[in-house]
Amino acid sequence: MMSFRIIVFAKQVPDTTEVRVDPIKGTLIRDGVKSIMNPEDKNALEVALQLKDKYGAKVTVITMGPPSAEAILRESYAMGADEAVLITDPLYAGSDTWVTSMILAKAAQMMGFDLILTGRQAIDGDTAQVGIEIAEHLKIPVIAYAVDLKIEGERVIVTRELDNTYEVVSTRIPCLVTCTKELNKPRYMRVENIFGYFDRPISIFNNSVLKFDKNEVGLVGSPTKVRRTFTKGPKEQGTIFNGTADEAAELILSKLKAEKLISEQ
Amino acid sequence: MDYLLTKEQLLARELFREFAEKEVKPLAQKVDEDEYFPTETVEKMAEIGMMGIPFPKEVGGAGGDYLTYIIAVEEIAKYCATTAIILSAHTSLCCYPIYMWGTEHQKEKYLRPLLRGEYLGAFALTEPNAGSDAGNQQTTAKLVGDYYVLNGSKVFITNGGKADVFIVFAMTDKSKGTKGISAFIVEKGFEGFKIGKPERKLGIRGSSTTELIFEDCKVPKENLLGSEGMGFKIALQTLDGGRIGVGAQALGIAEGAIAEVLKYVKERKQFSKPIGSFQGIQWYIADMITKTEAAKLLVYNAALKKDRGILTSADAAMAKKFASDVAMEVTTQAVQIFGGYGYTKDYPVERMMRDAKITQIYEGTNEVQKMVIASHYIK
Repeated sequence: MMSFRIIVFAKQVPDTTEVRVDPIKGTLIRDGVKSIMNPEDKNALEVALQLKDKYGAKVTVITMGPPSAEAILRESYAMGADEAVLITDPLYAGSDTWVTSMILAKAAQMMGFDLILTGRQAIDGDTAQVGIEIAEHLKIPVIAYAVDLKIEGERVIVTRELDNTYEVVSTRIPCLVTCTKELNKPRYMRVENIFGYFDRPISIFNNSVLKFDKNEVGLVGSPTKVRRTFTKGPKEQGTIFNGTADEAAELILSKLKAEKLISEQ
Repeated sequence: MDYLLTKEQLLARELFREFAEKEVKPLAQKVDEDEYFPTETVEKMAEIGMMGIPFPKEVGGAGGDYLTYIIAVEEIAKYCATTAIILSAHTSLCCYPIYMWGTEHQKEKYLRPLLRGEYLGAFALTEPNAGSDAGNQQTTAKLVGDYYVLNGSKVFITNGGKADVFIVFAMTDKSKGTKGISAFIVEKGFEGFKIGKPERKLGIRGSSTTELIFEDCKVPKENLLGSEGMGFKIALQTLDGGRIGVGAQALGIAEGAIAEVLKYVKERKQFSKPIGSFQGIQWYIADMITKTEAAKLLVYNAALKKDRGILTSADAAMAKKFASDVAMEVTTQAVQIFGGYGYTKDYPVERMMRDAKITQIYEGTNEVQKMVIASHYIK
């Protein structure tokens, strides 16, 4: 399977659970916040590298972002990726998930693939749309929320996580699978992959390579219009009740009934 | 100080930080309290290439440089001084002399598996009566046929109970004084070689510090490192590198303590205010950080000079002496800032203070470092 080609899409995101929003512009404040590879994209990369270790495969990591997104590609190389592509063009700034996935799909087409792996969702936007939309653009099968993945011949067998159940499904390759953090513990970089290999080439795909009409990409090309982004205000102070556990249960029950959140039995 | 680092070193530091946070920090308390040697951490370090950082890929190393290795020791010591010294003794004191003075055969047989982390290394110079006076070696080695026969004992050997390969120093010709000392590569399990009792210590409690006993120990003559009589020179040059490692360990301990202090002074309130808002505490912290930054410059300076082949014994001695004194001072101050809580095992600063003490003692006491520094300048 040396010729098996896996593409992993990864995104650089701010490493914090306390992302602040600029109150005037309504965009994320990224200054002073460390950037990392989106955690579930790293799980996707780990799946790819495990497949490579087991069967042999060529692993290509593709990211779209500003030139500084190169950092996660260097990290991917140090983890064991074979090839890296940075999609970067000022024209693409402000692209929504639909346009982003269209751009990524075209890059995938140009590189060629048997399997595409992405994270379930990015910790900054939390849409969980891009992976699935890439498959839509490419007209290939997609399986989302993988917690386990096996390859048998030409088929991919995936256990996917639903709200209360797991589902085992399979499809033929080429296909796309979105990966969750339950899949694995991503490996560390290796020191020997950093020294002597740091300057491995990264292919830069800008619009002169991908050739989109400037009206179909970026903010102008995006059907999604964000009307407003705001920080939620703090919750109101709750009421404090002192009493026994039984009294507390009785009180909660009566409140829930009063609010019609549960029905009378 | 990032301006001093290359892009490779910066990326490697990211790796060491992530590794230390996820793998070293969670075990640090157990390592101390149970005198637990963290074998699983050593195995994980081996997996990612940390056991052979500053050696070329051709001999099986990771292809990094000395400063990168020093940064690895520093980052690990921020959480666990024991794990840091396991790495440092292995790299500086065992791998390095084989790399420098070993034959092709010795490099193939010992260095390659050491750098892959399949073997752990140790260095045995100190004896009951040869501490600061290391030249006064009582262990003897006598060539009999194809073997050197070693007799004597070593004490306070870091990694002693866990190492597979030891660099052992012994007298091959007593009449020549320090010029009669030779170095040998000794394997665990060689006939006549026994590991003595482990020491119970104030700090770095998980580190395996033992006595080594040689009773007619048979060492194949091809295991002589360098030539007969070169031992003392090998020991001193090796210790120069080791001292930078201990300096890095001390630096990491100080930085770890400062991180704990910065967290604590924002949380701990007295007189209705976080104690970090008091000028008295602020002045302590300002001094702690300033001295630690100065220590970092000296340690990095020595590592950079070693990479460029211009390191002097004085450079290494200054880095080790200054950083270890700073570590002792900073950790003691950290315990003071934490007050009663700092004296308990609920917080890591008391452990850091106990761990810091050894850095003023081993790899040559700080008094020996002063002798080394002064003799470099007064000629």
